[in-house]
Amino acid sequence: MANAAGPAPVVELERVARVFPGTPPVEALKATDLVIHEGDYIAIVGPSGSGKSTLLHILGLLDQPSAGIYRIDGIDTQELGERERAGVRSARIGFVFQSFHLLNHRSTIENVMLAEIYRPGSRAKRRDRAIEALEQVGLGHRLTSFPTTLSGGERQRVAVARALVGEPSLLLADEPTGNLDSGTSAQILDLFDDLHAEGLTLAVITHDGDVSARAKRQVRIRDGVVTPVTAGAEHA
Amino acid sequence: MPEPYVPPASGVELAETESIASAVPRSHLSFRDLLSEATVALTARPARTLLTALGTILGVAALVATLGLAKTAGNQIVSRFDELEATSVIVRPPQDRGQDPRGQNQQQVSSIPWDAGDRLQRLNGVVAAGTKSDVSVGNALARSVPLIDPLGQSEFQIPVIAVSPGLFGAVRTELATGRVFDDGHNQRGDNVAVLGPGAARRLNVTRVDNSPAIFIGDTTLAVVGIIEDVAREPELLNAIIIPDGFARQRFALEAPAEVQVEVQIGAAELIGGQAAVALSPNDPTQLRVSLPPSPRQVRSSVESDVNALFLVLGGVSLLVGAIGIANVTLVSVLERTGEIGLRRALGATRRHVAAQFLFESAALGALAGLLGTSLGILTVVAVSANREWTPVLDAWLPFVAPVIGAAIGLLAGTYPAWKASATEPIAALRATG
Repeated sequence: MANAAGPAPVVELERVARVFPGTPPVEALKATDLVIHEGDYIAIVGPSGSGKSTLLHILGLLDQPSAGIYRIDGIDTQELGERERAGVRSARIGFVFQSFHLLNHRSTIENVMLAEIYRPGSRAKRRDRAIEALEQVGLGHRLTSFPTTLSGGERQRVAVARALVGEPSLLLADEPTGNLDSGTSAQILDLFDDLHAEGLTLAVITHDGDVSARAKRQVRIRDGVVTPVTAGAEHA
Repeated sequence: MPEPYVPPASGVELAETESIASAVPRSHLSFRDLLSEATVALTARPARTLLTALGTILGVAALVATLGLAKTAGNQIVSRFDELEATSVIVRPPQDRGQDPRGQNQQQVSSIPWDAGDRLQRLNGVVAAGTKSDVSVGNALARSVPLIDPLGQSEFQIPVIAVSPGLFGAVRTELATGRVFDDGHNQRGDNVAVLGPGAARRLNVTRVDNSPAIFIGDTTLAVVGIIEDVAREPELLNAIIIPDGFARQRFALEAPAEVQVEVQIGAAELIGGQAAVALSPNDPTQLRVSLPPSPRQVRSSVESDVNALFLVLGGVSLLVGAIGIANVTLVSVLERTGEIGLRRALGATRRHVAAQFLFESAALGALAGLLGTSLGILTVVAVSANREWTPVLDAWLPFVAPVIGAAIGLLAGTYPAWKASATEPIAALRATG
């Protein structure tokens, strides 16, 4: 699969569009081409209502495009049934959300272990993998804490750990710092930098310039149209 | 060979699907994970879980208690019947000849003989037997002194009953004082009497050692005994009881009106079949034999009476319980929208989400069924202890009741589970929480 010329593509969008039915139909995403290579750190920026959520949901296999082809790790997602789509989502994509989405009645480690319950495979090593992921985000000492006793930054790191379990091909973050102050935001972004350095592919959706500035590559989305931002032009 | 063609084709197809399956992981939720997810969800907020299940707990408890109490009470009533009713057989002439009084009289004369008690006594299984007839004394009043007291009432209308000596045994007579008359009195037609306690009080007779006499009209009777109580035929308690023999001579009694038989337990059916033949060998159909109700019938009728009412009650509480579970589960689906979205993002399919909520409500229902069963059994035991009954319970009940609870939970969880599975992950993830 690996291309001799460079790293293999993780995400390939070919003329992908999403139209929501209605009167009149809403064209949330117009025909889009986008390739994310292995090891990429891409920021998708745009104001609210620009279509970036739609793009996120398509990338995360939570929504299906109305037209076009979406391949992840070379798998054409159009041909997959619901169970396969869910399986790919579980195995290849790690999600990080603005509002963390941790279960308050479960400990940190149980929240992280939740990442694997929809995956085939052994339960035996689940705990070990969860501990490993929590150590990776620097929370090896809070294994049995409950989310309600954690700070916002710690909660988001638990969410990142949950996304990292099982080594996904793509980490999809939706406004990961939206609920955090600037200090803890910087910690999360540092963590993303570290993960990127370790070779993880990241796609961060944000409207925050500080967040997008950390990415190695930026694309802007406005009115459903995705345009690359050239390396030199910083301003989004 | 035509055969090899087919297998390679299907073999290739199979290999293809296999290769896709290995490349594309399928989402999967093991039963163990489902179980632990449901357990965690139910134990996370125990108070709420308990309150949710309360309606079902009470419904199942009501059902179990009803069935248990009906069974217990049914057995209790039967055992009381066993003591008295099941040992009583009564033989009478048929009543459907009442329209022709002359014919009835003839039948009565011929159907029950005066020695009915002795004849039945010979049957194996009879404890005691005796005849009993109401005696018509016209307008004659009973009194204990041969004087007319103008200041107080000393004359009474008291029923007079003629019996054969065997009857005292057949109704389980307890004597207050004196004795009952015997075969000798009966055969000679002696003018003796035994008083029921009511009659004795009105006639002011309290002792028999001074040989008191009473008068019915101008007939003199010597009181030989006073009854304390009888187990059957309570009209004896208020009557003047005289021997058959005397009633025939003095009051022109034509034939005994009925025969009371006390039988050994379990012998009632047998004696019922034999009594008519023993008393009227030429035409046994002229006699009507009343048997105690069969214990089986008693039990089932009592159970169905009690059950019908309380089963409806239990059913209604179960329905209310199911609505309770459905309601709270629906609310928790709305509360857990974020969790549903997260699970979808983590790889759950709609089916997995539905399965989880269904399983949770079924587990809740089973838990409620278990608690309700325990509560119901405790109720049965408590009531039985209070009434000094023996608690009786169908063995299947404690096993079936939790299953009923689980079925109710499953039913109640259907709509919320469908609602949860229809939740759009996109909207769910945007919801804060």
